[in-house]
Amino acid sequence: MTPIRNETCLELSFPATELEASAGIAQLSAGLSQQGLPDHMADDVKIALAEAINNVVEHAYEGIAPAKVQVTCRLERDRLDILISDTGNPMPGYQLPDGTPASVETDLQDLPEGGFGWFLINQLTSDICYERHQGCNRLSLRFDFERQP
Amino acid sequence: MGLTSKTIGATQVITVESDRIDAAMAIQFKEDMRRETETECDRVILDLAGVEFIDSSGLGAIVASMKQLGDGCRLDLSGLQPVVEKVFRLTRMDTVFKLFTTLDDALAETLD
Repeated sequence: MTPIRNETCLELSFPATELEASAGIAQLSAGLSQQGLPDHMADDVKIALAEAINNVVEHAYEGIAPAKVQVTCRLERDRLDILISDTGNPMPGYQLPDGTPASVETDLQDLPEGGFGWFLINQLTSDICYERHQGCNRLSLRFDFERQP
Repeated sequence: MGLTSKTIGATQVITVESDRIDAAMAIQFKEDMRRETETECDRVILDLAGVEFIDSSGLGAIVASMKQLGDGCRLDLSGLQPVVEKVFRLTRMDTVFKLFTTLDDALAETLD
């Protein structure tokens, strides 16, 4: 078994395109497992991470040339902190969207095909923090967990 | 992105050959589904057994595919891995689609 260090860091930076994001999410997810993220947390982290990174690709760089997405993960014994930063457009109103998804109790043709991203992130994280700092978006996601024996 | 299809009676079984349905391939998936489901049938089973990851864009593409099929044809899903099932459950899309553990389970239901 791989020993779990007290604190482990993982960093990755990639261009904000859908294909690079897809590869980056897979790489980060695999890296976190290698560094000792408990298996029971792996799915939650991967889903939230993917939604947050896809938001950067789809919204922060919408209408402007995509620059980079920088992801820093810090894994401790009972928590994981992920910082996602980019130099794209700020969030509307400089704040997090409320993330209420459209209802699925509707006719077939009215079913929502999107708008689930922030809802999923909210559901899967212990805390979310957004700040705009010197032209950068900084989104912090925290995951608290218990080590299973 | 890769879909394969076979017809069993009035049911069309479409297997996703890609290991993920995410933002990078959602549009392609929708187009491929449209092409695969051009002929009319009563029921389509989308087998997701090989899919290891889906994000909300991929989920949206599956919802869009169901809309393309219209009211005359049912879209059922089979073989969802835990992480894929979780995305459906959290977004409550598990109440919209009928989910089957395996493709065999899904096919067994047509016999009823």
